[in-house]
Amino acid sequence: MNEDPREKLDYDATFSCIQCGSCLPACPTYKTMGTETQSPRGRINLVKMAAEGKITLDELKEPIDLCLGCRACERVCPTHVAYGRILESAKVAIREHEQLSPVKKFQEDLYYNQVFPKKNVMGAGTNLLWFYQKSGLRRLAEKTRLHHLLPECISTFEEILPSVTSPVRRHRRPSRIAPKHTPRFKVGFFTGCIMDALFDRINDLGMRLLAAGGCTVAAVGGQTCCGALHNHGGRTQQARELAKQNIKAFETESFDYVVNTAGGCGAMLHEYPELFADDPSWKARAEAFAARSIDISELLARLDLPLQKEIRRRVTYQPSCHLTNVQKVVDEPKQLIRSVRGIDFRELDNPDFCCGSAGIYNVVHFDESMKILDVKMADVKAHDPEIIVTTNPGCLLQMKAGIEREGLQDHVRAIHLIELLAEACGLEDGVKK
Amino acid sequence: MVPKEKLTEQLHRIVSDPGRILTKETDLVSYGYDASFGFYKPDVVVQVKSEEEVAAVLKIANKLRVPVTPRGQASSLSGGPLPVDGGIVLDFSQWKEKLVIDSEDMVAVVSPGVITADLDHEAEKYGLLYAPDPGSSHFSTIGGNLAENSGGPRCLKYGVTKDYVIGLRVVSPQGEIIRTGGRTVKNVTGYDLTKLIVGSEGTLGVITEATLRLIPRPLASHTVMLIFDHFVEAAKTVTRILTSRIQPAKIEMMDQASIQAVEAFKPQGLPVDAEAILLVGLDGHPAAVADDAARISDIAKKMRVRSVKVDHSEAEARELWMARKLVSPAIAAKKPTKISEDATVPRSKIPDFCQKLQDIKKEYQIDLVVFGHIGDGNLHPNIICDKRDREEMKRAEQAVEAIFKAAIELGGTLSGEHGIGTMKRAYMPWELTPQELDLMKRIKMAWDPNNILNPSKIFPVAGPKLVQSR
Ligand SMILES: Cc1cc2nc3c(=O)[nH]c(=O)nc-3n(C[C@H](O)[C@H](O)[C@H](O)COP(=O)(O)OP(=O)(O)OC[C@H]3O[C@@H](n4cnc5c(N)ncnc54)[C@H](O)[C@@H]3O)c2cc1C
Ligand code: SF4
Ligand code: SF4
Repeated sequence: MNEDPREKLDYDATFSCIQCGSCLPACPTYKTMGTETQSPRGRINLVKMAAEGKITLDELKEPIDLCLGCRACERVCPTHVAYGRILESAKVAIREHEQLSPVKKFQEDLYYNQVFPKKNVMGAGTNLLWFYQKSGLRRLAEKTRLHHLLPECISTFEEILPSVTSPVRRHRRPSRIAPKHTPRFKVGFFTGCIMDALFDRINDLGMRLLAAGGCTVAAVGGQTCCGALHNHGGRTQQARELAKQNIKAFETESFDYVVNTAGGCGAMLHEYPELFADDPSWKARAEAFAARSIDISELLARLDLPLQKEIRRRVTYQPSCHLTNVQKVVDEPKQLIRSVRGIDFRELDNPDFCCGSAGIYNVVHFDESMKILDVKMADVKAHDPEIIVTTNPGCLLQMKAGIEREGLQDHVRAIHLIELLAEACGLEDGVKK
Repeated sequence: MVPKEKLTEQLHRIVSDPGRILTKETDLVSYGYDASFGFYKPDVVVQVKSEEEVAAVLKIANKLRVPVTPRGQASSLSGGPLPVDGGIVLDFSQWKEKLVIDSEDMVAVVSPGVITADLDHEAEKYGLLYAPDPGSSHFSTIGGNLAENSGGPRCLKYGVTKDYVIGLRVVSPQGEIIRTGGRTVKNVTGYDLTKLIVGSEGTLGVITEATLRLIPRPLASHTVMLIFDHFVEAAKTVTRILTSRIQPAKIEMMDQASIQAVEAFKPQGLPVDAEAILLVGLDGHPAAVADDAARISDIAKKMRVRSVKVDHSEAEARELWMARKLVSPAIAAKKPTKISEDATVPRSKIPDFCQKLQDIKKEYQIDLVVFGHIGDGNLHPNIICDKRDREEMKRAEQAVEAIFKAAIELGGTLSGEHGIGTMKRAYMPWELTPQELDLMKRIKMAWDPNNILNPSKIFPVAGPKLVQSR
């Protein structure tokens, strides 16, 4: 790798930006940070400048790191600038350029190579978390005020992490469910690593909902992390390996659809073909995979769900950015919410404004993320909901954090769309705390 | 030249929040462009938020002879906010706190960084309308709109930005705070400085607050789409509509090249062999707009229109406008660089101008599409090219000159709404006599004797005429 890392920057794509400024109002970081540098137009210009050697990759790093990758800019751009591609290219270049310090490299390896891709280790990781919660170590930490030594970010998220299901229960989920009648569709179920570690109950409910709607559902073995966090972290090669593994896993059976429950993962699956630009045979397989891969709401909206229960609640919806801006799924979740009897649905004024969760952004850039969350919560509060519906685990955690931050936990809850529908279908008390 | 450190130190004494003074390299290069061409790096960016700050910054700059360039959201298509001579960029985009609607006086009082569409949105809550609607209204600032005297499709019926400004607060280049106009529609006390500042492209004074006129919001609207085999018939139909006691809010045109570009990009079922499409927007009382729509259909039929479509719902209206909305993305999909011209001719000369444009297209072998506000003679010939292709850019530049020449020969003007800035300053002598130019220069001298406020704009300077690449 003696190549200049700057070669990795997608210089050509920057030329389709006509610098009109249409994207500025859509960008959350432009709103909260208030400088052109932290705007889509600014970032595209900086990538161009870096490619031309007018600024260094070190200088490029901060504005690129502070981008949420929500891609709201891409959706409003009149000339369809491939912002996502430009951003990923910048991440790759910066990563190649950085001589990682040994300690940092070790931590990053642990995180990206060991934890996320390996479901069993992720299991072990969450087992540890579970152990930590149940064993009283947490209380000990709190008592000894060790807790307070943790950066604010960790303690904020600790408060809202769901109590992780015990390992024994977690592994009891059937990997295949069939409907009562002749199946309408055969569905492969993508569980996702974070979703499954923290919200496996929601995945369970998702599978049962699909079955209730007349699908055969199989959570095939061999599937792994979608690779989004790797790709957003400039680790394209690892993302590629994970993508291959997933494509292979879902090729073992002929599914009508591969369904996921996390907007962020879904976007990555949707964009698998882009990972294989130089590899025609894998590209074709990735295209076939991506063509079948859909968000659970898209399929649920087409099924006849046994919606029976009335839910008399004020509900709002915080869409996942990647569901909206990359997969372009906008109406189905709202349609599903409205289909539940009794719901008083109140749309946010600015639903497309990111909640600030953005992968691991809320952990790495806690302060910036909280400023974005505050904007979101002001919008939420103006509509006085009892329930905030989300479609992605990151958003779900972030909205829970927002509720805590605003002290609304007594009368507002954040749930996944699946929980709402499961409750309405009488599958489980999904909406209850 | 004043050392940068000395300048920033003084600025820090004025602006309390250090976060609003930007000096990092990444910040500086982010304030060096707008939506036109050319790139110039400032020495420092100050994000002002009060009249006192503006006045103090200008006083210092005037004393130290440091250039100051006002900037809104840098959506200018003429180079207006570019810090051509370095110095200070005075960024107004973050000063948007004040947006007060007085429904009794029917005015809005706003700070300069307020986004135009936000103002109209607020006015809507009171059943009022802020009429000027530049295509950039969702992302450009009121300050920028005033400085450029922006127009929009709706100005066929409602007029341009200057028709809605009744009072300003302005800071002069020497740092004096002045008021112009007031809160009344009628005001003839002294010279009309309000109208002088509006359209002065940030070269005479800096706008810190504006009092804008609002009007009753129309109850209903209608859209009529007319498709023509021949361009000339479309142009004649425009005249016929306007002389039949109908006042549409807007009449937009797409030429054959635009139609073809849209159909190649996202097929809308438009006929690619048609030479022109007109979109007529009507607003007013429901009965009146329905009647006008019917009369326009009748007129068009007499003018050998190929087909007429009238909307029956808001969704249908949106669909009809979609064709026009897709023109920009469609042409951007062809090639990355877009030179958006706004040379304007008297309405009667539109067919001649369009013929000239087609000749220019052939002569210089450029990719040219023409669309825009045909109702008021403000067409937008757009040259589509690739900045990286030097040879093509050369031809594009020559074509731009030919377009200017054609417009002026037909009794038109260099710029209908985008302003002169750096992009068209070299051509000022084509349109204005030396005496006229000299008078303008003397006005500039009277306001800004040290030439610190947005220098190098509007007036011709030596050097290459067009600045089209970095
Ligand atoms: C896609 C697109 C569509 C457009 N459509 C239209 C259109 O339909 N009609 C039209 O007229 N224009 C249009 N424009 C051009 C542009 O949007 C307008 O000129 C707009 O008014 C610029 O506003 P801004 O806030 O971006 O100002 P900037 O571009 O930042 O500045 C414009 C000028 O105003 C000066 N200025 C800014 N703020 C102040 C202030 N407070 N005091 C004094 N001077 C100030 C600057 O020095 C500069 O000379 C369009 C541009 C784009 C990119
Ligand atoms: S909207 Fe698109 S073309 Fe315009 S500045 Fe943003 S990225 Fe560039
Ligand atoms: S991806 Fe989101 S945060 Fe990043 S530039 Fe685009 S709109 Fe802004």
